[in-house]
Formats: sequence, C-alpha cells, structure tokens
Amino acid sequence: METPMQNEKIKIILNYLSNYRQHIPGVFFILVALFIKLVLTKSIEPEALTTFSTNINHTAIQIPNWVFNTRFALDLIAGLCAGLGLYQIIRGFKKGISSIIGAIGGLVVLGFLVWGASGTSISFTGMLAVMVIRSVPITIGALAGILSERAGIVNIAIEGMMIAGAFAGAVIGSILGLWAGILAAILIGALLGLVHAVLSIKYKVDQIISGTMINIFSTGLTSYLFIKFLQDSQNQWLNESGFFKPYAIPLLSKIPVIGPIFFDHNLFIYAMYFLVILLSIALFKTKWGLRHRSVGEHPKAADTLGVNVFRTRYLACVLSGMVAGFGGAYFSLGSVGRFEQTMTAGRGFIALAAMIFGNWNPLGALQAGMLFGFAESLTTKLSLLQFPIPAEVLLMLPYIITMVVLAGVVGRSRGPAADGIPYEKESL
Amino acid sequence: MPPILELKGITKRFPGVLANDHIDIKLEKGEILALLGENGAGKTTLMNILYGLYKPDEGEIFINGAKVEISSPIDAIRSGIGMVHQHFMLIPVFTVTENVMLGEEYTRPGGFLDRNKAADRIRELSETYKLNVNPDDLVENLPVGLQQRVEIIKLLFRNADILIMDEPTAVLTPQEVDELFNILKKLVEKGKSIIFITHKLREVMECADRIEVIRSGKVVGATTPAEASPEKLATMMVGREVDLITDKKPGDLRETVLTVDKLCVRDFHSHVVVDDVTFELHGGEILGIAGVQGNGQTELVRALTGLKTPFSGKIIISEKDVSRSSPRRITELGSAHIPEDRQKDGLILASSIAENLVLNTYFHRPFSNGIILERLAIDENANELVRKFDIRTPGIKTLVHSLSGGNQQKVIIAREFSRPIKLLIASQPTRGLDVGSIEYIHSRIIEKRDEGCAVLLVSTELDEIMQLSDRIAVMFRGKIITIVKANAVTKEELGLIMAGVTPTINKKKIENTQAREIIT
Ligand SMILES: Nc1ncnc2c1ncn2[C@@H]1O[C@H](COP(=O)(O)OP(=O)(O)OP(=O)(O)O)[C@@H](O)[C@H]1O
Ligand SMILES: [Mg+2]
Repeated sequence: METPMQNEKIKIILNYLSNYRQHIPGVFFILVALFIKLVLTKSIEPEALTTFSTNINHTAIQIPNWVFNTRFALDLIAGLCAGLGLYQIIRGFKKGISSIIGAIGGLVVLGFLVWGASGTSISFTGMLAVMVIRSVPITIGALAGILSERAGIVNIAIEGMMIAGAFAGAVIGSILGLWAGILAAILIGALLGLVHAVLSIKYKVDQIISGTMINIFSTGLTSYLFIKFLQDSQNQWLNESGFFKPYAIPLLSKIPVIGPIFFDHNLFIYAMYFLVILLSIALFKTKWGLRHRSVGEHPKAADTLGVNVFRTRYLACVLSGMVAGFGGAYFSLGSVGRFEQTMTAGRGFIALAAMIFGNWNPLGALQAGMLFGFAESLTTKLSLLQFPIPAEVLLMLPYIITMVVLAGVVGRSRGPAADGIPYEKESL
Repeated sequence: MPPILELKGITKRFPGVLANDHIDIKLEKGEILALLGENGAGKTTLMNILYGLYKPDEGEIFINGAKVEISSPIDAIRSGIGMVHQHFMLIPVFTVTENVMLGEEYTRPGGFLDRNKAADRIRELSETYKLNVNPDDLVENLPVGLQQRVEIIKLLFRNADILIMDEPTAVLTPQEVDELFNILKKLVEKGKSIIFITHKLREVMECADRIEVIRSGKVVGATTPAEASPEKLATMMVGREVDLITDKKPGDLRETVLTVDKLCVRDFHSHVVVDDVTFELHGGEILGIAGVQGNGQTELVRALTGLKTPFSGKIIISEKDVSRSSPRRITELGSAHIPEDRQKDGLILASSIAENLVLNTYFHRPFSNGIILERLAIDENANELVRKFDIRTPGIKTLVHSLSGGNQQKVIIAREFSRPIKLLIASQPTRGLDVGSIEYIHSRIIEKRDEGCAVLLVSTELDEIMQLSDRIAVMFRGKIITIVKANAVTKEELGLIMAGVTPTINKKKIENTQAREIIT
C-alpha cells in the first residue's frame, strides 16, 4: 500500500529529477570549485605570494601593486564557485544563468592566473591592454556581421573581406600612405559586399554559398598575389606600409589602470569604440535603423509599409563589407605593418561567433570581442610565464564556454527572424 | 458626389488562373462594404491590386472620381488606402510604436526617431476609436485581437480613409469579433470607408451596409443585409444550395482510442500551459474542445501529435503509450492531424500540391518502392484528391504557396482524410473556409465518426463545436474545467464557462475530483 508519506517522498524525488536542468550547471560549478581546491592549490606552498602589477610606465598616478597569498586567493575563488553552485542547485539563477556561467569561466581563468603567477608577478594592466587590442578585429568583424544580418543577409564572408582589406591596406598603404591604405581597405570591402549582395539578393544564390565563395576567392587571391609579387625582394617596397602609432588620449589615458588599458592605443581601437557607439545609436535610435531592422525581421511587412527591401539590403551588405574591410586593415596597418599570408587566421569566423554571442547587438559584440581578446592575451601571457599547461589548451576555455552558452544549455539568443531568407516580391 | 473608390474592369491573370475577371466595384464614403466569395474567388487578389502589391493586367482605379495609378504600397498609402492583411504584417520583436510608425517615422533633426511623439499620437488614436492599445507593449506579447487593432492603428496613423480588411475575424474570439464591429462602427461614424472580407455570413448580416459577391473572379451579385438571408448569400457565393446546419445521427460508441492521463505540458519558459488534463476518447464520437484561444489547446494538440514532448503524464493511442513518440510513429498508428497553423505545421509552401498530398505516406507503397518515389502514383493520387476535395488549382504541380488560403486548407484535409485513420485531431479545421467548404468538411468529419473514427475537435468557433460534438470539454488556463454532453448545455452556458465562470452545477463535481487528487 502506498501511504501519503511515501507519495510525498516520491513527489520530492520526482520533483528533484524533473529539475535536473537546473541542477546540472550547479553540480558543474561545484566540480570546478573542487578542481581549484584540490588540484590547483595542492602544488602551492602555504606562504607563496602572487603579484599583479598594475602600472605601465607613463601613468602619472602610480597605484600600488596587488600582492596576496596565493593559497588564500585560490580558496576564495573556489569558495565563490561552490557558493554559486549551491545557490544554483537550491534556488536556481533562472534568467541570469548565462552571466553566472560567464562569471564562473572568469573565476576559473583568474584562478589559473593566480596559480601560474605564484611566486612571480604578472602585469595585469598590460594583459588587459593587450586584450583590448586583440579584440579589435573580432569586434569590428562582429559589427560587420550585425550590419548585414540585422537586415536579413547572412554574411559569412567577413573573413574574406578582412583578408582582402588587410592586403589592399598594406599595398596601397605602402604606395600612398597609411590613410590611403585604410580607404583602399574600405573600398575593397565595399566591393566584395556588393558582390555578396548581387549574388544573394538579385540572383538569390544561397547566402552561405555566396559567402563561402568570397572567402575562398579572397584568401586564394591574396595568397597568390603575395607569393607571386610581394615576396620578390625587389617588390618589398610594396609591402612596407608600417602601422598607425599609438596615441595616448590626453587626460583619459592618465587614469590609473583604466587609462593604459583603454586609452593608449592606435586609431583602430578608437575606431572600434566609435563604431560600437555609432552603430548602437544608428540601429536603435534612428529612422534608418528601424527600417534596417524591420527588413531583417519581416521584409514583407516592411514592404507593405513602403520600405524598399532590396535597397535596404544592398546598402546593408555594402556597409557590412566596408566595416569588414576596415577591420581587415587592422592586421596590416594597425598591428604588423605589412601583409602576410592568411594573417586573419579565422578571426572573421570568430567574429561571427562573437556576433551571435553578443545577441546581434553592438555592445554585446564588444563584450564578446573582449572575451576572445582576453583569451588571446591570456595565451601570450601564459606562454611567457612558462606555464605548465600548454597554452593552446587554456586558449580553448573561452571558446568552450561560448559553445556551451551558444548551444543553448541556458537561454537561446535570437537572431533576426528573416536572417538568410531571400525576399521575393510577389508582384507579377 | 462620386464614390470614394471605384474599381473598373479589374482583370488579373496568374499562370493558369483568371483570378479577377473584369471586376467593377464601388465604395461609397462612410459605408461598410462586405466582399463575399468562396475560397479562391479572387478577393485577396483584388485587394492586393488595390494596395499596389499586384499589378492588374487590365482595369482602372478611381478615388473620389479621379483616376489613380497604384503600383506600390507607397502609392496606395498616399491615396489614402490602408490594408489589414489576411496574415498580419507585424514585427513581433518591435513595440507597438515601432510597428506603427515604420515607413512613416516621426523624427527629430538628424533622423533620430521621436518615439514619444509617435506614442502620443497612437494613444490619441487609441482613445478616439476606443482601441485600448498601449504603444509601449511588444507586439509578440499581445493577444491576436490586440495585434489586429495595432494593424488598424497603422492605417489610422497614415490617415487612411479607405480601410481594407481581409478576413479580419478569422482569428478572433467571438468577444473580440463584437469589439471589432464596434470599432468598425466608430470608424465609419468618423467618415472612414471600409471594405471587409469574410466567410462568416452572420458577420456580414450584422455589420455590412452593402454586400458584393464574387465567384470565380467575377462579380455575381450585389445585395444588402436587409434584402438577403444567410441561405440566400450562401447560394450566391457557391452557386448551389448549401445546408448551413449539418445533420448528425447519434453515433455509437466503440472501444477507447485515445487516453490522456494527467498530462502536463510546459512551454519554453517552463510555464505550465497544459495542467493535469485527463480524458478518454472513444471510436465513433466527437469530443469538442472549446475555449478562448490561448488557454492551452495549441499545446495540448502539439503534445498529442508528438510535436512537443509532454512534461509529465501519459498519452495512450490504441493501447500504445505514445507520450514520447515521434510524430511519424503517431501518424503510423492511424492518427491524423489538421494543424492550427496550416502554413507552418501543415504544408510545405514551396512544394507542389502533389508532394504535399503524400507528406505522411510517401515512404509507403504505392508512392515509393523503398528508395525511389513513384511519381506516377503520386500524381494519380493528387489528381484524384484534387477532384474529390474540390481544390481550386490550375494543376497538381502548382506550388501550394500560390493557392488561396482556403484551398491550402483543403490540401491538408484531403491528405489526412485519404488514408485509413482511427483518430482525427482537428484544430480549427474550417478556419478561413467558405460556407460550401465548411459544409463539406463538417459532413466528412461526421462521416469519419460514423465509420468509427475517434475525433478530437479543437475550435474557438462555438457554433462549430456545438454542431459537431457529442461531448464538449472546456479548456481554461490549461485545465479542462468540465466535460459535458453536447445536448446538455446551451451556447450561452458554454460561453460563460469559457470565460472562466464555473457554472454552479459543475462546481461540486470539480471540487470532488480535486479532493480525490489530493488524497491519492
Ligand atoms: N501569387 C499567385 N500565383 C499564382 N496564383 C495565385 C497567386 N495568388 C493567388 N492565386 C490564385 O488566384 C485565385 C484567387 O486567389 P485569392 O487568394 O484571391 O482567393 P480568395 O478569394 O482570397 O480566397 P480565400 O477566401 O481562400 O482567401 C486562386 O485560384 C489562387 O490559386
Ligand atoms: Mg484570401
């Protein structure tokens, strides 16, 4: 016989099992905590110290470095992870869970840093400054993606547009100067954007195929031209553009910690800030933006209200190409000072991930770009520290987090409804 | 004074179809003109021409006596024409304000949107016409009835004088329909003129000033509600006599076909949308599920057809537990589904009629021999069904996309009824159909019942529920409030239960069942 009591118990167990979706992240957080506590802390001497230095040369006001006991810091981090995990199991974070997962990721990375720098010092500020620099191509690429996808055209050709931009920037930059190089990069991006637009809007070629074609074409062509012409020692002058020098913004760059991280860079970084703000305003506060987004959500509705769907989409593609081309110029004109084969190294694709991760929002893209930028900066730093774990393995961490979040374990980011669907005007 | 709108000799040919054949129609200022016609008669086509979405092959349009060229929606808007489309043209993730002002934005210098000014205007319009729309709401959070009012505001915002409404009542609850009619009366009072398309004769009788009837692309007659009767209108539309009431013999109950036991379904946000639903359905009976749209009927049907995995509870079809089965397995058990959203769940719009007609049987003989499709058999099947179910189309290779709304529905019905079935789950089976087709489909549903098929009929149309059902269940906030014999309630009583007012007779019963649940 089943008694009410038994029934009650069964109910509780069923209820528990039914909430497994809530519990999985919680258990995972606690496992992370255990890993930090049991594995990382083990190899650390009780008195070992970690130093995070916060100063780079020319800040006027110097603030003291952060020095702390390694074990204590690790315990603190493990405790935080465990606390978050327990809360998740008992109460659940509901909607905020994605940011909590992000926070856990951050804590893990911090844990590794504290652990790796035990007994030495890490330039914390320097690392974050590198993060900002490295985030540039990814953020700008993501902005390019936002521009086209918000109007309903999937643009996976960002990688190709960037490499073309890098090439044009280097060559024209060498011949006519840096500014002309930038202009050339933007123009070549616009041209490729136009090609993408004509193929996918006019001829309704599948947008993925059209984008892939542009990627293959640009990578192939730039590599060919590079090997055929630029490698020739007589032609070296065609590939010595040099790059934009950093410019410290007066006042802002003097703020301790913040200044060197954000306000002591070259043109591309400031352009990134500017584009993020510009696009946020343009998309959400202006008439142009409203129409742009409407075409990406429900082109037919926009059409019935007199919005020219085709023109909007053409413009979106071309603008997207211009931004991507400019982002590409960062590689040659903003960083290396010359063109190298396949120097974009897949950043155009990572940019697409950043776009999705940032929920098709410019600010979100910036944050996602920073996350990936941090990953890159971290690898550089860790390889300098002669870290016992291969840097490549650690570099995977933010990507794994991205994948987990993207895969929709929690919450799904939602793109424009008509993204990738060609618009057919019915008028006969 | 010339009429506010006059169409002269409008003709439109689609490949293989003469959709409009020299149509002449006048609309006087301040009147409601009802446009009646069977499915595929050409009503939507005519309105699309008027709104600049299609280009007519012949014909002229006059507004206030002056000839106008309308070659795009912009021209239509400039000429004071506005249209509420058969399928709403709203952007779900935009707010009401954004939807309304799109294309006609209020801006401050520099192209910045002036949302406040637009919102004020919307509030003012909403006030004047008693529309009760909040400009800051996201459209996706609004019930269908309110979404429609947003569409109306879109027209008013553009100062449209001629309002076209293509089947505005198809998706509304009876209460919402009444409210809509009040709004239409207000609009006419303020000097607007309205063209109103519908299949529901009662509505025509209630709100139209004049009626024009179209059949096969031609105007076949004009009348007024005072002169006409529903029977007469039906005959004019279809060209033959129609029985508006379907006869039904008492059925004889057979074995249980479907058992639903303590079914709970949660939506994407883990809200409970189907709450502890239990019922049994026998062969040879029709169980009607009545209820205002959005009380869990959609999710119940999705769970029963395998489109959504239930959270808990059991679904048993012919003694097999299918709670977690795939839709394929469920259809293979002899269950048929007429989905609520035909364009999304019922058809592949970009495929031909012939292909759509074998969507759930193509992998069987005679349509395939294991690997390769038997085109001949598929085409033969299509030809037969098109004839039998009177699907109006130039040919079986026509893409379903270009069929009229009602004919799309017939393709689904033909597909589901043409194979042996034990269970029929029909969700809004006659939405958007003309009286002739409704008569036909109703009699087919009853025929299926008489053959011993179990039928679950989900409809927001009370008349339909009352006419067809043997038993009626009312859903409210995800629960089945009560199940009653169809002849034991009146329409008014049902209406009250649907609105959440539990009738006194049933209260005891419900309390009892709840008490039992707590004990066990
Ligand atoms: N884009 C199109 N391409 C080809 N044929 C079409 C197209 N649109 C409509 N038709 C055909 O024109 C005829 C009239 O269709 P229309 O949509 O105007 O009918 P309707 O009167 O609105 O019917 P319903 O009441 O079912 O909505 C139908 O035979 C339909 O198949
Ligand atoms: Mg129609």
